[in-house]
Amino acid sequence: MAVVPGNLDLVAASRPPRERGTVATYVRRHPTVVIGGGLLVLMLAMAIFAPWLGTVDPTALAPAHRLRWPSAEYWFGSDMLGRDIYSRTIYGARVSLIVGLSVALLATGLGLAIGLATGFNRWIDAVIMRVMDGLMAIPGILIAIALMALTRASIGNVIFAITVSEVPRVTRLVRSVVLTLRDQPFVEAAIASGTSQIRILWRHIVPNTLATLLVQGTYICASAMITEAILSFLGAGTPPIIPSWGNIMAEGRAVFLVAYYIVLFPGIFLSLTVLAINLLGDGLRDAIDPRLARRL
Amino acid sequence: MLGYIVRRILATIPVMIVVAVFVFALLHLSPGDPAAIIAGDNATAADIAHIRAQLGLDQPLLVQFGDWVWRLMRGDLGISIFTNLPVSMLIEQRLGPTVALTISTLIVSVVAAIPMGVLAAWKAGTWIDRVVMVFAVVGFSVPIFVLAYILIYILAIKTALLPVQGYVPLADGVVPFLSHLVMPSIALGMVFTALIARITRASMLDVLAQDYIRTAHAKGLSNERVLLRHALKNAAVPIATILGIGVALLIGGVVVTETVFAIPGLGRLTVDAILRRDYPIIQGVILIFSAAYVVVNLLVDLSYAFLDPRIRY
Repeated sequence: MAVVPGNLDLVAASRPPRERGTVATYVRRHPTVVIGGGLLVLMLAMAIFAPWLGTVDPTALAPAHRLRWPSAEYWFGSDMLGRDIYSRTIYGARVSLIVGLSVALLATGLGLAIGLATGFNRWIDAVIMRVMDGLMAIPGILIAIALMALTRASIGNVIFAITVSEVPRVTRLVRSVVLTLRDQPFVEAAIASGTSQIRILWRHIVPNTLATLLVQGTYICASAMITEAILSFLGAGTPPIIPSWGNIMAEGRAVFLVAYYIVLFPGIFLSLTVLAINLLGDGLRDAIDPRLARRL
Repeated sequence: MLGYIVRRILATIPVMIVVAVFVFALLHLSPGDPAAIIAGDNATAADIAHIRAQLGLDQPLLVQFGDWVWRLMRGDLGISIFTNLPVSMLIEQRLGPTVALTISTLIVSVVAAIPMGVLAAWKAGTWIDRVVMVFAVVGFSVPIFVLAYILIYILAIKTALLPVQGYVPLADGVVPFLSHLVMPSIALGMVFTALIARITRASMLDVLAQDYIRTAHAKGLSNERVLLRHALKNAAVPIATILGIGVALLIGGVVVTETVFAIPGLGRLTVDAILRRDYPIIQGVILIFSAAYVVVNLLVDLSYAFLDPRIRY
């Protein structure tokens, strides 16, 4: 029988043209997510594959090659101890990203746990929220500085110190979401039908906080990276022997007038990474809450 | 109204108590012997014992806390370990430059940000709007010290328009005073400016969609009059809120800005104290900065009643 070709074409034509251009459509609709996410992936790849990107040992001293300007041999120049700025900058991405991602995960996790507790128990709420109000009155960076001044410099302590300063804000956020959710019909229905409180929390409340936390987490990641750089820059952060962007800039400070490139390159990388994460956060927020997207 | 003011002022007391407890607890929650950490790696046992006695760390915890609060109430912030001078005196000496820097930054940021936000909202969707939004995102992402060094390179090294760093008190002349504050204020204010511009735009967009704005246009008022008298006034409450919250960014930034520009203020005092592990100073500075932040937000809360007469308490 002379069936099909025509028929098949008809079927194909009647299908809405979804398949083609999906990626292009997505890019057009969410340019900030794509640009931010792309840049971030690039930075992550750079951090992971640092040893294979034409780098040398970032801590290798070469006193004979001090303060060389950027050239074919030293792409980003060398510092006052003859260390290669290019290698140090590429390896520095590791510290920044580890700190940023760890703080984002820990702070949102802790904030979620505390926020859930406050949202569901009046007494815990009264006590914890007073404490959080007090902690929020102390500018975050000062909390981190104070904690770092008391502990020995290490990446773990930096992560801990910045996490402590970020938790109150997350707690507040989670609490406000929980308070709104608690009065929603689906939660009331769950309570009325005798669902256990743990189950309500886990099945109904937690999933509804995740979108907000994802957006908040990206902002925390960006701010943690800046705080890490500031702490290192002030001499209260990552141990000086580890090449981090803040440390490289702190070392370049003394010779800024003769060799500004030492400060310049880690500065550019730090700014770009933070920009990438903020763009990603803005894009995610717009995608999750289109009502806000129009305004902010 | 008066009742609201009193209640709002009383509400700051528990906040400041938590701050005080936190600052006190810091020294005791730290792993290991705080006296040994403060003394540093090369300290002898006698040094450590001396610091322990000086800080009263050999007393029972409750006695220490009571002692500390009692002294705090009388304005005694303790004695600096490194210089042996009262912390309150050291803070007082360094207050001037920090206050000058903070006020000039506030002025620069607000004067730059609010017109930007208003313009972006008025011209929403045009290239002007987009430029402002790009500025807001980028400005929020560039760390203070990166921006500071870019400014120093362009304005001080390449063109010698402004002094590289340093601070000149107002008493030594208005022009040198201001010229030393220009770059620090821009560097410190960038994040703040980006934030305010963004909130101003969002808040204005909300107001501009209201019926009374259409009415104002319909009765033939000029654009400026509608924007400034009718729209901006009604958009003021969220802007004031973010101004108060954003002051925390300024305070954090002061520490960095003063370091880069060699300004002898509270931030510089903090950094020196960190490097010397001079804990009484760090505690004192945190208390002062937090108190300032609480007071600013108290003023912001009180300003709502004036910004929006509909708000009754």
